[in-house]
Amino acid sequence: MTEHALEVEGLRKTFGDHVAVDGVSFSLPPGGSLAIVGESGSGKTTTARMLVGLERPDAGRIRVGGRDRSHVARGRATRLARAREIQMVFQDPYLSLDPRVTVAACVEEPLRLHFSMSPAERRARRDELLARVGLGEREADALPRRLSGGQRQRVAIARALATRPKVLILDEATAALDVSIQAQILDLLAEIRRDTGVGYLFVTHNLALVRHVADDILVLYQGRVVETGPTREVLAAPEHPYTRLLLHSVPRPGWDPARIAADRRALAAALKETPPSPASADPLRHVPETNSTERSAAQ
Amino acid sequence: MTAVPVHRRRFFAPLARVAGGDKLVTAALALLALLIVAAVLAPWIAPHDPDAVDLSATLSGSTPEHLLGADQSGRDVLSRLIFGARTGLLGPLVVVIVSTVLGMLIGVTAAWHGGVVDAVLSRAMELVFSFPALLLAIILVAVFGVGLTAPVIAMSVAYAPYVGRLARSVALREKARPYIQAYRVQGWSGWVICVKHLLPNIAPLILAQSAINFGYALMDLAALSFLGFGVQPPTADWGAMINEGSSSLLQGAMLPALAPGVAIVITVVAFGIVGESIADRVARREQ
Repeated sequence: MTEHALEVEGLRKTFGDHVAVDGVSFSLPPGGSLAIVGESGSGKTTTARMLVGLERPDAGRIRVGGRDRSHVARGRATRLARAREIQMVFQDPYLSLDPRVTVAACVEEPLRLHFSMSPAERRARRDELLARVGLGEREADALPRRLSGGQRQRVAIARALATRPKVLILDEATAALDVSIQAQILDLLAEIRRDTGVGYLFVTHNLALVRHVADDILVLYQGRVVETGPTREVLAAPEHPYTRLLLHSVPRPGWDPARIAADRRALAAALKETPPSPASADPLRHVPETNSTERSAAQ
Repeated sequence: MTAVPVHRRRFFAPLARVAGGDKLVTAALALLALLIVAAVLAPWIAPHDPDAVDLSATLSGSTPEHLLGADQSGRDVLSRLIFGARTGLLGPLVVVIVSTVLGMLIGVTAAWHGGVVDAVLSRAMELVFSFPALLLAIILVAVFGVGLTAPVIAMSVAYAPYVGRLARSVALREKARPYIQAYRVQGWSGWVICVKHLLPNIAPLILAQSAINFGYALMDLAALSFLGFGVQPPTADWGAMINEGSSSLLQGAMLPALAPGVAIVITVVAFGIVGESIADRVARREQ
C-alpha cells in the first residue's frame, strides 16, 4: 500500500446537480509522473483541488504515503503534515503570487511555517531553492510585478518545493506561458524530478506536453476516467473515441479537421451505446489509419 | 532639486501617489491638510476666543476685525469655524475608524467562512441598512443624553454595513485568487491568511470607501448638531452654527449660517474626491 506516493480511490464530487468528478481512481508511484488529461469541464481541475484540500470530496479516498487526507484537516499538525505531502503550482503565475510579497519572502514563508530554522539557515535554504529554479539574488528582492511570466512560475515552483512535498500538482502550470518559456519550465521540472524524486501530477489539456513529461496518462471525460495507461501506449493506440478525438485535435502537419468531425460522431455513437463508465470497454475498434496527408478544402 | 530627507519623502509618498499629478486631487488633499492643521492649532491661529462676546459687532458683516463677521451673540464666526473643525473632524474620524474596523471584521469573516456564517452576517448587515441612521442616532441620544457620544456610536454602527458589504465582496473575489489558495495549500491557518495577506491586499479599496464615508459621517453629525442632538451650544460646531445662524438669516446676515455650510460642503467634497481617487488608483492597478 505504501509503495504508492499517492493513491486515489473512487473520488466523487458534485456541485448541485452536476457531477463534476465521478469514481476517479488512480495511483502515482514515488517519483512517478502522471498526466490527467481532459477538456475544460472534464473534472480534472476539481480533482486536483480535492487532492490539495481546496475542495472536499463527496466520496472516495485520497491517501499519500498510506495516510488518509480525504477529510477536513483538524488542527495545525494535520494541516502542516498534509501541506508537506502535496503542493501545487497554479495555472496563472500572474495571480498565484501575492502582489505585496517579494520573491525571497514568498519562498521563506513556507519555510518559516514548516521548519524550525535559524534565520541564516532559512536564507541559505531560500537561496538554494531559488538557485534550483534558476533565479538569482536580483530576482529575490523583486516584487512579482517586476518579473516575467516564466520567472513568476519559477518562483511558484520554488515556493511549492519549499515544504519538500512527495507529490507536486501542476495545474496547467505552463498553459499561460510562451511556448519557448514552456519548454524551459518543462526541462526544469524534469531536472527537479530527477534530483529530488518528487512525484508529478500534470493536469492539462495539452497532449503534446503529456508526451514529453508524463510516464502515465489518465483521460477524464465528463468526470469519469475513460482511459488510462502508459503514456506511449495510450497515445500510440488510443482505445476510447474521446482519447482519439483529443489526439486528433492537436494541430500538426497533415492535420485534418474532417477527421475530428468523424471522431466526434464516433464519440457520440459510443456514448449512445454505453454511457461513459470507468469499466466499460469501448465498443468501437480503432481503425488504423495512415497519417493522412490529404487536407480538407477548408485548409 | 531640493534635498528632501529620505524619511520625509517616504512619509509623503503615499499621498503623492494618491494625488498622482491630478490637480483636483492635489487641491483636495491640500485643503484637508489645511483643515487638519487649523483644527489642531485652533487656539493659536484663531483670531478671537470662539466664545468671546463682542456685542458691538453683533451680526456685523465682514470687517477687518471680524473677517467673516460675527453672529447674533457677537462671537467671531471665523474663530468659531476654526474651533468647529475640531469636533467636525474628530467625530467623523472616530466614526470612520470604528465602522471600518467593524465592517472589515464582519465582511471578511462572512466572505471567508461563507455558508451559514455569511448568511447570518449578511442579513444582520441588511437589518442595520434598513434602519435610518438618523433615527438610530436620535434613539441613542434618548438613551445616553445629548452630546457627541451617542451620535458617534450610532453613526459607527450605521456605517459599518457600508464597509462590511464592500469588504465582503472584495474579500470574496480575493479569496478565489490563486495566491490566497496557495497559502491554504501551504498549510497556513485561515486567521493568518486573512490578517496577514487578505486584509492588506483589500485595504486600499476599503480605505477609499472610508474616505468617502468620512464626508457623509461629517454631514450626518452636522445634521444631528443642527437638530440639537449633537454638540451642544455654546461649543463651536458647524452644524450647531448653522442652526444658531439660521435665525439671523431673516435679519439679513448671511455669514453666520453660510460660512459653516460652505465649510461642510467643501470638506465633504474634498473627502469624496480623495476617496474616488484612491478607488481609481486601485482599479487601474487591478487591470
